[in-house]
Formats: sequence, C-alpha cells, structure tokens
Amino acid sequence: MSIWLTMVLCGAVTFIIRLSFIAAEGKIAFPPGFRRLLPFVPVATLTALVIPELLMPQGVLWLAWDNARLMAGLAAIAIAATTRSVLWTLVGGFVVLGVWPW
Amino acid sequence: MAHNPPLCIPPILMTVMAASASREFQAGVLALAPLLVGVMPFGMIYGALALSQGLSPAAALAMSSILFAGSAQFLFCQLVGVGAPATVTVAEISLLNLRHALYSAAVAPRIAHLPRRWKLALAYLLTDEAYAVIARREAAGDAGPHRHWFYLGAGLALWGGWQLSTAAGVLLGARLPADWPLDFALPLTFIAIVVPLIRNRTLLAVAAVSGIVALLAAGLPFKLGLLAAALAGIAVGWRLAGGVR
Repeated sequence: MSIWLTMVLCGAVTFIIRLSFIAAEGKIAFPPGFRRLLPFVPVATLTALVIPELLMPQGVLWLAWDNARLMAGLAAIAIAATTRSVLWTLVGGFVVLGVWPW
Repeated sequence: MAHNPPLCIPPILMTVMAASASREFQAGVLALAPLLVGVMPFGMIYGALALSQGLSPAAALAMSSILFAGSAQFLFCQLVGVGAPATVTVAEISLLNLRHALYSAAVAPRIAHLPRRWKLALAYLLTDEAYAVIARREAAGDAGPHRHWFYLGAGLALWGGWQLSTAAGVLLGARLPADWPLDFALPLTFIAIVVPLIRNRTLLAVAAVSGIVALLAAGLPFKLGLLAAALAGIAVGWRLAGGVR
C-alpha cells in the first residue's frame, strides 16, 4: 500500500473518530454517568503523553537532577499551576531547558 | 428546522447577531493564539522529520491537512521510517487519536442544533488544542448563542498556524539546527493545556494514575501503553466519582 493511501486511511479514521459523537448526538442514548467521565479524558490522555517525555526522554526511567527535560517539565507544571498562562508555561519550560547546567 | 431564525427578523437585529458572531470568532482566535507558541515549533520539527524519514514534500504538507493531528503525524513519519506495514500504521494512528472521540462527546451536545456543514467543519477542526480552549471557556460557564463561532475561530487559528509551521519545516528541512530541542514543545504545550484542567483531587488522582501507568506500560508496542494509561486514569476517576449513580 502506498504512503498516500495509508495517509488517507489514517485521515479518514481520525475524522470519523472526531465526528463520532457529534454525529450520534440525539440518535443514540448513552449510558447513565457517561457524561461525568468526560472531564477525566483529556486529563488522562494528555498526562499519559507528557509523563514519559519527562521521565523517560531516552526510553528508560531517568529520575535525576541531570535530566534537564524533567526539570524543565516540573518548572512548566509549577508555572502552569500558578499563572494558568499558556504563554508563560511555554516560555518558562524552554528557558529552564536552555539554562539547566547539564 | 426549529432553530432557523424566522424570516421576519428586523435588519437591526441581524446586524447585532452578525457582530456577536464576529466577536466570538475573534475571541476564539485570540484564546488559541498563545498555544501557537508551542504548536508552531512542533510543526516545524514535524516538517523536517517527515523529509528525513523519506516522505516527499508534497506528502508531508498534505498530511497536515489530511490528518491534522500533531502527535499522530509525528508517529506516522516514525513508522514510515522503520518501514512499518500500512495496517500497523492505521491501527496505531487510530489508537492514538481515539481520545478525540471523547472531545467529540464533550462538544456534541453544545453543537447539536447546528446544520450538518457546521458539525462536519467543527469535527474536522477538533484537536487537543482547540478542545482545551473550548473546555476552558465552558468551565468558566460562558454560554452564548454564537459560541460555535468561538469554536470555529479557535479551530481555524490552530489549522492556519499548523499549516504555516509545517510548511516552514518542510522548506528549512535539514537546515533546522539539530541541537534545538524543538520536540520538547509538544509536552510543554500539553502541560500548559492539562495543568489548568486539574481543578480538584479527583482529577489529580486521574492524572497521577495515568502518568504512573504510562511509565509502567511504556514498553508496550503500538503505543498501547498510552491507551492503557488513559483507560486506567479514567477508571480511577469513575470510581472516585462514585461509579454509576
């Protein structure tokens, strides 16, 4: 299968996933409690994407001061929690990554 | 169609409605703009990575419209680079993008009254970043009859920034300095999105469990660790929230 066909298939699946509940709204009855799960979803998926990037930047657990990505990530988390500003979180994270001495 | 305006709307009211829609659109663009600081470096590195893994410039650019999902496009390039079979690629991308179904579920009731063309457009534009901006607005309890214009503004702002930055990455290609850690823009962007969403102890527990399982399951093939971590986090949130009441 060519790269183009694979790409179009991936795009179609992604679009169908994004459309799924929007298209089904009002046509399918969801189980009780389903809506209360929704706030957990972005928190669970995005955390699952982020944590390995900080703690295993090279594929194995690296819990040490010289892991600059971990330190920059922790700084970004602290900035995001206190300022709730996307811009300062990004700037602060990159600055710490740049100046961390290891 | 109960939601179409009656035909006898006075012109002055039409003008007011148009102004509100345009204000909403601008507010959506502005709300998303700070995220572009993280998204655009990642778009550039995606463009450069795509070429280095053997994709043509045309394919690299087209993917930004066809897939329009940063982490999935990154994975696609890596899988092309290692010569993964197409079936594996499609399966992995589907798993990685499954979280968008939950964004779809969250947005669905708010746009249920809109015509089909709006639903198709907003579904296509439904990314992590657009959803984060929408969720923050909804958490502030800010309704309004034209909020779909806010969604459209946020979605199109991200789309434009993503197309521009991936094009820049394709143009610059190997000339991007290899020692710039531009790939770190993605986790930083997700931190900026997710930390403000953690508003109570239940959500903190969801994040903690999801992060720990992501580490434990990182060795699983096909990004299955990501799916396991997300499901574990959601299950814990569901338990703490009292299960089915």
